[in-house]
Amino acid sequence: MDSALLHTILPELILAVGALALLMVGVFSSNGEAAGRLVGWLAIAVFVAAIIAILEQSGVSSVFESAFVSDPLTRFFKIVILVAAVLSLLLTFDDFGRIKLMLFEYPVLMILAAVGMLMMVSANDLIALYLGLELQNLALYVIAAFRRDNIRSSEAGLKYFVLSALASGLLLYGASMLYGVTGSTGYVAIAAASRVPEMASNIGLMVGLVFVLVGIAFKIAAVPFHMWTPDVYQGAPTPVTTFLASASKVAAMAMIVRFTQAALPGISGEWRQIIIFLSIASMALGAFGAIGQTDIKRLLAYSAIGHVGFALIGLAANNTEGTAGVLIYLAIYVGMTLGTFACVLAMRRNGGNVENIEDLSGLAKTDLTYASILGMLMFSLAGIPPLAGFWAKWYVFLPAIKAGLYPLAVIGVVTSVVGAFYYLRIVKIMFFDDATEAFLPRENKTSVVMGLSAAFILLFVLPYVGGTLVDAASAAAAVLAPLQTL
Amino acid sequence: MNNILSVVTFLPLVGALLIAAQNADAKRNVRWIALWTTLVTFFVSLLLWWNFDTTTAGFQFVEEHAWLGPLKYKMGVDGISMLFIILTTFLMPLCILASWVSIQDRVKEYMIAFLVLETLMLGVFSALDMVLFYLFFEGGLIPMFIIIGVWGGKRRVYASFKFFLYTLLGSVLMLLAMMAMYWHAGTTDIPTLLQTKFPPEMQTWLWVAFFASFAVKMPMWPVHTWLPDAHVEAPTAGSVILAGILLKMGGYGFLRFSLPMFPNASADLAPFIFTLSIVAIIYTSLVALVQEDMKKLIAYSSVAHMGYVTMGIFTGSQQGLDGAIFQMLSHGLVSSALFLCVGVIYDRMHTREIAAYGGLVERMPKYAVAFMVFTMANVGLPGTSGFIGEFLTLLSAFKANTWVAILATTGVILSAAYALYLYRRIIFGALEKANLRSILDLSPREVAILAPLILLTIFYGFYPAPVLDVTATSVKNLVQNYQSAQLTSAAALVP
Repeated sequence: MDSALLHTILPELILAVGALALLMVGVFSSNGEAAGRLVGWLAIAVFVAAIIAILEQSGVSSVFESAFVSDPLTRFFKIVILVAAVLSLLLTFDDFGRIKLMLFEYPVLMILAAVGMLMMVSANDLIALYLGLELQNLALYVIAAFRRDNIRSSEAGLKYFVLSALASGLLLYGASMLYGVTGSTGYVAIAAASRVPEMASNIGLMVGLVFVLVGIAFKIAAVPFHMWTPDVYQGAPTPVTTFLASASKVAAMAMIVRFTQAALPGISGEWRQIIIFLSIASMALGAFGAIGQTDIKRLLAYSAIGHVGFALIGLAANNTEGTAGVLIYLAIYVGMTLGTFACVLAMRRNGGNVENIEDLSGLAKTDLTYASILGMLMFSLAGIPPLAGFWAKWYVFLPAIKAGLYPLAVIGVVTSVVGAFYYLRIVKIMFFDDATEAFLPRENKTSVVMGLSAAFILLFVLPYVGGTLVDAASAAAAVLAPLQTL
Repeated sequence: MNNILSVVTFLPLVGALLIAAQNADAKRNVRWIALWTTLVTFFVSLLLWWNFDTTTAGFQFVEEHAWLGPLKYKMGVDGISMLFIILTTFLMPLCILASWVSIQDRVKEYMIAFLVLETLMLGVFSALDMVLFYLFFEGGLIPMFIIIGVWGGKRRVYASFKFFLYTLLGSVLMLLAMMAMYWHAGTTDIPTLLQTKFPPEMQTWLWVAFFASFAVKMPMWPVHTWLPDAHVEAPTAGSVILAGILLKMGGYGFLRFSLPMFPNASADLAPFIFTLSIVAIIYTSLVALVQEDMKKLIAYSSVAHMGYVTMGIFTGSQQGLDGAIFQMLSHGLVSSALFLCVGVIYDRMHTREIAAYGGLVERMPKYAVAFMVFTMANVGLPGTSGFIGEFLTLLSAFKANTWVAILATTGVILSAAYALYLYRRIIFGALEKANLRSILDLSPREVAILAPLILLTIFYGFYPAPVLDVTATSVKNLVQNYQSAQLTSAAALVP
């Protein structure tokens, strides 16, 4: 193996080898509980090693006949994914530990899912994409159903499996159509073929495009392919939901960004219509669907649907600023999601975790720090400045205005006002209502994640925090710029 | 001295952090820290005023730092914003004093919310970057939402949601307009944008988007309905801030963005504004007449008074702008004072219903005097600050459109009617209600709050020059630019 190849795939290699090694550590330990914790901490070390390996990379390189690329864009996505993985794994220890479920398989499966996600991000070929996607999915099905004695969790796992498998099938079918029309599975060759003018009216290409996009829309939970989200978010154990809502979403978004812009720049007029529709439908359903929810995890699921809609605005703009906007949006969204789910995990009473929004009643009187952090997260999700959530919206609406997508932008901001209503409702319940029974004391690891997330959304406005992220995203998005202009 | 503006803006935030470090039970400490913070901020802002050069129309005390990408952290003041900064820093200590006794629950959070709000309000008036402006403008919603929702009256939840969502909906459209301006001009720098000529077609759209935001904030009829609710439910100091400063942000926005940046659209749409202003003046004055709740009455009167402001601004003339600015300042003092007066008796009797009072002059002579001064100022009696603003705006409206002036003048009569009617029902008459017999007159603390307001109201009524001198050069510059833009566009139409 030559060193350039090794260097390009080193992060994935670290994770894959790490997963297998940790599997051995787990299998050969006698004490189940302690092994789970040990493997968990080692898994975090593996993730950190992979992050370091990514930070060591530079430039653009592609291996395996251009099927796998590494460039600033993939590195940005990968770092966001791995940070999300570390923090959601950190949230797992106490929660699973309490119900004696902190088994060594869990961290191993998470690493495997992360390998899949990294592969999805780097895929520059439909087959590579499918391989990454399925590796991720298979690991996620299992951890979604990880509380196998819990009927909700099993239901979530099964539902996720059935619908996701269907989506994968659609995606695969679309991929085969694209192959049939263009004669290749590589993005470079597909892009070249799709640039031929008469291709815009090629029925096979259109059908392929639609099927692949439908498959990906399932993964990112864009309306109308969102139905699984509320049930799976609610049913899966909260740390798993955190992982699904953060890392997995970023990987799927990375897939759609690269697929549309690198493989099909020639028919951008066609796929943009689809993206605009997905975007509007997701924003609207996310905003209105969440209003009636009483379970906080279901509410967050609808909120996630809405946020995907906002992120897609950047993609619909189809310019470099728009791509950068998607990246910034996702990074901020992940920061907020991790904090929000950490807050959900901290909702514990003697009978275990509670998930009803009303349980937060009067939280400001019993635990002001907790209430302030969750309140801030809610304002941030609603997009109120100067919090990070505002900047996320700023950076996706700005390119949309540049591209002249005025109706989309107006619909977007109006739905964000509708969405503000239900975020405010949570603030209202915490701050305005009377106190009920206090929650159990917060656990350290949960507090750490909450604090990190709060610091991130609050300090984003400073040039050192926000500026760094924005610069990195702009540099990453510039990779796809030559393709957009052609 | 270079960054004195940032110091003024962020001092309250520092105070808020200090309070955050206090123990929640140390209510006394918390109150004193808040008071001292606001006082120090006030004195530093006076320093700003002292060093302010009234001979130039340009921005002063300008600071510029790199921020996010093309956005700059840029602060600066001109004659127009200077005034609002002083008004803000002046009203804040009074608000803290007004909450001294009436807020006993969650004092720490209350004071933090107020100090954060002060920083955000000062930021609005000193930001010289559109996005920075928006940040402060919108960010103010969070503390105000909390203030109304936590320390408000019975229907506080409804009022706080209405306040938040109404204002947000207006503002997000402005945000999109700002983005469009950014792509057109390539910058978000306000001084540069003031020099940019936007094509007339685009101006109209941008104007409408900005109007959506400022009209709600102002508030103009028919989007004023959040204001009575917010005022009634907010705690006294919250009402003071709402009436005294938050409403002024709408007027300030018109002066900073709509008029100078979109002069052609402003001229085209002025009749539309005049119509809304007149409806506001007459209709809300009539509504004020029938109110049973003191705060609601004053809230409607605020909407009516803001009608004069919008009318004055969109005449685009020197008198109109002077009058509008003066009216905003005067309203900031007078309506704040009226809310404080309501707060005084509300703290004693815990009702705002007009019918629950009567004959207070027998037990509260000092209070009756103070209330009288502010009632007269609210009516616009010559010799009070209320007169100057109304007179100047009516003067300018007369020149622009006689009918507008005639209709708007009826508002003066109506305001006399509702204000005096309110005064008679509360202060005069026989002291019949048994529970009012033991009511106490103003405490030294309350005198300390109201005395400076009385002094300023009368002082500016007789001698408005200090205010008009500060604004003169900036306003003249604005008016010149506005009128030359009309001439250029008229010349362009000639073949």
